[in-house]
Amino acid sequence: MKSYDLVIVGGGPAGLAAAVSAKENGINDILILERDKELGGILNQCIHNGFGLHTFKEELTGPEYASRFIEKVLSLGISYKLNTMVMDISHEKKVTAMNRKDGMFEIQAKAIILAMGCRERSRGALNIPGYRPAGIYSAGTAQRLVNMEGYMPGREVVILGSGDIGLIMARRMTLEGAKVKVVAELMPYSGGLKRNIVQCLNDFDIPLKLSHTVIDIEGKERVTGVTIAEVGTDGKPIPGTEEYYSCDTLLLSCGLIPENELSRSAGVTLNPVTSGPVVNDSLETSISGVFACGNVLHVHDLVDYVSEEAGIAGANAAHYILSGNTADACNTNSQHSDASVSECSQPSVEIIPTGGVRYTVPKYIRPEAMADKVTVRFRVGQIYKNCGIATYFGDERISFRKRPVMAPGEMESVVLTREQLTNCPDLEQITICIEEA
Amino acid sequence: MEKRELTCIGCPLGCSITVTMENAEILDVTGNTCKRGDAYARKEVTHPTRIVTSTVRVSGGTIPMVSCKTKEDIPKEKIFAIINALCGITVPAPVSIGDILVQDVAGTGVDIVATKNVPAKL
Amino acid sequence: MYDIAIIGAGVTGCAIARELSRYQAGICVIEREEDVCCGTSKANSAIIHAGFDAKPGTLKAKLNVEGNAMMDTLSKDLDIPFVRNGSLVVCTDEQDASELERLLEQGKENGVKDLRILDREALHTMEPNLDDHVTSALYAPTGGIVCPFHMTIAFAENAVANGVEFFLNTAVTSITSLEDGYLISTDKQDITAKTVINAAGVYADVFHNMVSSKKLHITARKGEYQLLDKSAGTHVSHTIFQLPGKMGKGVLVTPTVHGNLLVGPTAEDTDNKEGINTTREGLASLSEKASHSVKNLPMRQVITSFAGLRAHEDNGDFIIGEAADAPGFFDAAGIESPGLSSAPAIGVMMARLVQDKMHLTEKENFIATRKGILRPEALSLEERNELIKKQPAYGNIICRCEMISEGEILDAIHRPLGARSLDAIKRRTRAGMGRCQAGFCSPRTMEILAREVPMEMTDISKCGGSSQFVYGYNKEIQEEMP
Repeated sequence: MKSYDLVIVGGGPAGLAAAVSAKENGINDILILERDKELGGILNQCIHNGFGLHTFKEELTGPEYASRFIEKVLSLGISYKLNTMVMDISHEKKVTAMNRKDGMFEIQAKAIILAMGCRERSRGALNIPGYRPAGIYSAGTAQRLVNMEGYMPGREVVILGSGDIGLIMARRMTLEGAKVKVVAELMPYSGGLKRNIVQCLNDFDIPLKLSHTVIDIEGKERVTGVTIAEVGTDGKPIPGTEEYYSCDTLLLSCGLIPENELSRSAGVTLNPVTSGPVVNDSLETSISGVFACGNVLHVHDLVDYVSEEAGIAGANAAHYILSGNTADACNTNSQHSDASVSECSQPSVEIIPTGGVRYTVPKYIRPEAMADKVTVRFRVGQIYKNCGIATYFGDERISFRKRPVMAPGEMESVVLTREQLTNCPDLEQITICIEEA
Repeated sequence: MEKRELTCIGCPLGCSITVTMENAEILDVTGNTCKRGDAYARKEVTHPTRIVTSTVRVSGGTIPMVSCKTKEDIPKEKIFAIINALCGITVPAPVSIGDILVQDVAGTGVDIVATKNVPAKL
Repeated sequence: MYDIAIIGAGVTGCAIARELSRYQAGICVIEREEDVCCGTSKANSAIIHAGFDAKPGTLKAKLNVEGNAMMDTLSKDLDIPFVRNGSLVVCTDEQDASELERLLEQGKENGVKDLRILDREALHTMEPNLDDHVTSALYAPTGGIVCPFHMTIAFAENAVANGVEFFLNTAVTSITSLEDGYLISTDKQDITAKTVINAAGVYADVFHNMVSSKKLHITARKGEYQLLDKSAGTHVSHTIFQLPGKMGKGVLVTPTVHGNLLVGPTAEDTDNKEGINTTREGLASLSEKASHSVKNLPMRQVITSFAGLRAHEDNGDFIIGEAADAPGFFDAAGIESPGLSSAPAIGVMMARLVQDKMHLTEKENFIATRKGILRPEALSLEERNELIKKQPAYGNIICRCEMISEGEILDAIHRPLGARSLDAIKRRTRAGMGRCQAGFCSPRTMEILAREVPMEMTDISKCGGSSQFVYGYNKEIQEEMP
């Protein structure tokens, strides 16, 4: 069996940034496994601009952003395999993968970084009744067809869900000559960034109907139309509000789900809220030496934050490998004890999300082992106006930051310092919540 | 006096900006959190501009399409003219990021540049 | 002129075709869809019933028990995924337990083996997720689950191997009797045959009534289902039926042979023979009804919903035989549940009826077995690498959810009655049938289909007809640009 110090599963933005960081932190023996035919992941199909303002202080398109990291990976001589599907990851960090050339092969890794990204919620998972014709696409599938393959999946389009990919595709399809009739959003607010509402919908006079959903799909072979209705506060359609739209295409942009089949089979503890691994401040999962970053960990709003997070995961994986000491690592037997990171032999403090905070990444912080600063990222459960983010150590509010508007479509964060935590030696839990300003 | 409410598209923050105008003159810009927001707002109420991104066909490349963009922002009303100008264009591989694919697109004085490297097919 | 023309390439038509292909005869199957298994056969409970449900003496009772008994041999001969997982008809504390006794007696009379009634304790060890109100159940160890796609396709492929011709994309428009047989007009070509077998599902009455004055009337009875992710696939291990009662007929909860969990069906008569749409009310009723027999159903794990139409004839039983006033025109009509379970026996029965009439000679070189698509996951690491070395396509995963390789898709395209649409590939390989429902693999599968057949990307469809995925190249449909 081949062995590598570090195996990175996924060559998208998270995997690339993690690889660069691990290399820069002293690891030479790295292998990236990518299932697609090129590095860059989903960025390759995100041809729109708006990436990289944080990271590079300029506005790039997705492929340009990806190429910055790809160039680095190449110049650092990091090895990678394309068209290679990871079939299994074992609790003992044995990675089984397959491609046309090498067949099915096993690699023993000292550390693994999970960077598999996420997938889109499908029509089936949304329980939209009606027929099952051609012409129903997840927004990302349509994006791949249009941007990568150069094919037009429809002429008259209705979009359900106002996630960013849906908004971007509304503009993209319009520019390619399609008529986008309406974007319907189940929630009373958009799931996408405000800038995308302006430049993708408003610029082209595409109506956005909040609190609306698709209640019927017509067409036996190809979509011929959909019915949209307003939903009440109970989430159910309001009789009498039905509107029929004739169309040949329905795009779905109704949420992303971290793709953790491999993590689950390895025995990594998952957070039911994020559907991603539970991690500590080093982004290490419940399996010692297995780290996670990017959209496989939790769905991000901006790729810049993915890169930043992946850099941290890469550095921590490097430290883990270089320390050569897994003795103080977290419960290696978690698969059997169903434990999560909290039972780490190193003392850790749990972060409790409450009062509108849906989850936090990381979930555990180790005051003694943490970096000087740790950014805790999370999303809120609804729109908050004139509120702020409060952080409690035990019962004591140690910080409050005003935020004029917070929305579920955008990530929020709190920075915790090592100094803060080491000043509270008996700290048992940290609470982060939304409070009125 | 006229007040116009805008959402800044300069970055993901999406600040709500209010521009106060009298006739065609901008009196005040509020609500922005950075200089980019101020600049965006002033432009948006006088001569709004956008970056246009699209794709054109590649011949002899490892992939069939290359993504591209206007090198700078262009007047918003020119968006469709630019897209029309891209119809039927095929560029030969290899293509590198930054290569000019169309010069002075639709008379805007702005070039269309590639945003992806497409090596030639071996 | 064909000796025999079979209308309909569902499981019934294909089972009949396969049985008749034992004889020296010119046989064709006419199907309006682009593939076999496109109607009721693809949208049902995927159950091989034990056979206690139907009234003794009916064809349903007889053929179900016979069909069930044939499945062990058949599944081996034709490589059909089939498991005898056993079924339970559960009775709750609000229901009349004597009804279970009646079913038990009825089953015995029908010839169902090993039926017995289990008490609460035995049940809860067998099925810990049964609802707490379940007090007893009728256990039928011979009940099973099957892949209805593979079953139909297996019959069809084996029939092709034995010389049967299939006319796909061919819709029958009229049937007229000739001196020595029938003229079948279609939207493509005219086909003549000495004997016609009507296995047209919900349309069987339409075709029967073209030649017979003794009219049939078939009602399409819609059944809606929800399919759950494999992570929910072990929630129950047996097929859980509900004892009919105040709440109506109830719904079943069953594992599928591929490891998913299936909940359904509803039962709603419709006058639309094309009405395979799911409804808001129908889907909503499933979880409520299922909760009476199985607790904590993880309905958040639903990956898709679908509806099928049962072909219910007014008299309630299968109609199998020669039409009284149309010699040489045989019906296999009213084939609703337990139609899938009965299909093997319907094939045998129909072949015997036709043989009695036509006195066909048995072939000496009948091929009785068929191999399904190779599943690399069943191989050892060494065998798999050997395979990939010979055919690298087996090393290229296309469907990430079901881990289906390009090699399997190539096999599906190039075997007899090869797949020409994404749904046809899906039914043969499971590519696109997983939790992402083809979001990931469909552009990749389209590329393979375009290259292999070969065909234009713009001609590639979900299920034939006008179900194409893409309309053309970018920037080609811009005439109406503002």
